[in-house]
Amino acid sequence: MMNPKTQNKVAIGTLYGVAGLVVLILLALLGYILVSGLPQLSWHFLTAPAKAFLKGGGVGVQLYNSFYLLILAMLISFPIALGAAIYLYEYAKDNWVTTTIRTAIEILSSLPSVVVGLFGFLFFVVKLRLGFSILSGAFALTFFNLPLLTRSIEDSLRTIDTTQREGGLALGLSRWETVTRVILPAAVPSILTGVILSAGRVFGEAAALIYTAGQSAPALDFTDWNPFNISSPLNPMRPAETLAVHIWKINSEGIMPDAKAISSGSSAVLVLAILLFNFAARYLGKRLYKRLTSA
Amino acid sequence: MFLSNDVQGNTEMLERHIVQPADADHPTILSTEDLHVYYGKKEAISEGDLRFASNQITALIGPSGSGKSTFLRSLNRMNDRIATVTGRIMYRGVDINQPSIDVYEMRRRVGMVFQRPNPFAKSIYDNIAFALRLRGTTDKHELDEIVETSLKQAALWNQVKDDLNKSALALSGGQAQRLCIARAIAVKPDILLLDEPASALDPVSTSQLEDTLLELKQNYSIIIVTHNMQQAGRISEYTAFFNQGRVLEYDTTSHIFTNPQVQITSDYVSGNFG
Repeated sequence: MMNPKTQNKVAIGTLYGVAGLVVLILLALLGYILVSGLPQLSWHFLTAPAKAFLKGGGVGVQLYNSFYLLILAMLISFPIALGAAIYLYEYAKDNWVTTTIRTAIEILSSLPSVVVGLFGFLFFVVKLRLGFSILSGAFALTFFNLPLLTRSIEDSLRTIDTTQREGGLALGLSRWETVTRVILPAAVPSILTGVILSAGRVFGEAAALIYTAGQSAPALDFTDWNPFNISSPLNPMRPAETLAVHIWKINSEGIMPDAKAISSGSSAVLVLAILLFNFAARYLGKRLYKRLTSA
Repeated sequence: MFLSNDVQGNTEMLERHIVQPADADHPTILSTEDLHVYYGKKEAISEGDLRFASNQITALIGPSGSGKSTFLRSLNRMNDRIATVTGRIMYRGVDINQPSIDVYEMRRRVGMVFQRPNPFAKSIYDNIAFALRLRGTTDKHELDEIVETSLKQAALWNQVKDDLNKSALALSGGQAQRLCIARAIAVKPDILLLDEPASALDPVSTSQLEDTLLELKQNYSIIIVTHNMQQAGRISEYTAFFNQGRVLEYDTTSHIFTNPQVQITSDYVSGNFG
């Protein structure tokens, strides 16, 4: 039998060991990606179109596609998630209907993204005849993103004290006015953090896009902003390979001589972009909170 | 509901003693008739018929769980989604406890201040002005004037007049609570309900708050729930004693504190239980 003091020491030692191992693995992965990827980065790499057979291709189109898809997916999923979260937390009573909805959301959030992708392929690409397109991809990403975003917004609403709601109602505001004028403004920093973090997840998603947004990246004419032209960057009906899909594709069937270098570079860009999202989330969240609380 | 044996056994003491206010200068502004409140199947208020005099302060006292806060929150229907309230709540001759009443409009006449100060995450100015803007008061001068008057009435103006655009969340507890009072009176209610408004405040802030309430009763009818006997004694004209969901005694505050007619009231105000 150990005495409590030794027991405590052993426990702390074990926990330190486990935590250290996790950090070590993460740092090793991150370090490997950055060390092998950063040397590939250049302005040319970030802006040039990809080449299928020759060396020296870039990821400009893929990078642009990733952002465009992300924005479209967020534009579609955010209003739906916001509405669902407001309904679930502010209006719905706790009964079997809301329990069912919450369970469904939880199950959906653990759905493998490749399943979402195949569903998107069958439904949007084939059934609705949207083809391999940015729109199909954005819809698939919406399905992928909705459950987690809804939960994160609901959690943000939960952090706002009930007394705030009572305060609004006691002034003669309706429930809707209380939610939109009192609760949402107070929850904005935390909602924003959730949105940006989920944007990071969406940005790095590949499996849901392979069969929806497609695996080809037709050259874009960045001087043509008419969304109805096939080479326009804004055209939502064109197939659009994203950065994450590009990495997957190069590694499985890339035949350009510098496939490895491009894959490494793309991975570094992806990781850096997601890091950027995370820092932005923290910074903006803090800044907004400060502005709202101490002017 | 039951009463303990020693109370029933005491023949000199009454079981209930209700004297409704009758003062021609302060006519009844709000009254409850046959009021019952249920949480699910559990009855939280079984006997609570009271009349409240206008421009006076009425204190609701009683031990924890006696139903005084539940009663207060029923008066402006803050319990609507939480509990079932039956019976009539008469305000200026209208039963406000019926479905056809515009409950949002009604709450502008019957305002409420809560136990914990709950300023909104907005500037001090907007805490007061934004509810007015929502109801169509958009004139800057008019808003400025209402903000100033309300803050003066709540005895907060001198401390915040240079910081109106600062966040209300930076105020101290006592200041925040007075901001909540200013916010409540800015919409010009008739009646102000206060649910233990001083329980989260230090003695100095509490005393300032009491002074504020004594000032306010010139323009408002005030009903206050308090755990603090001295507070009830200091500021109120009438006191209702709640126990186990019933009003056991209702009378002028001086009677309740100097000559209670019900044993439990006597025990409670003299600090023997509660």
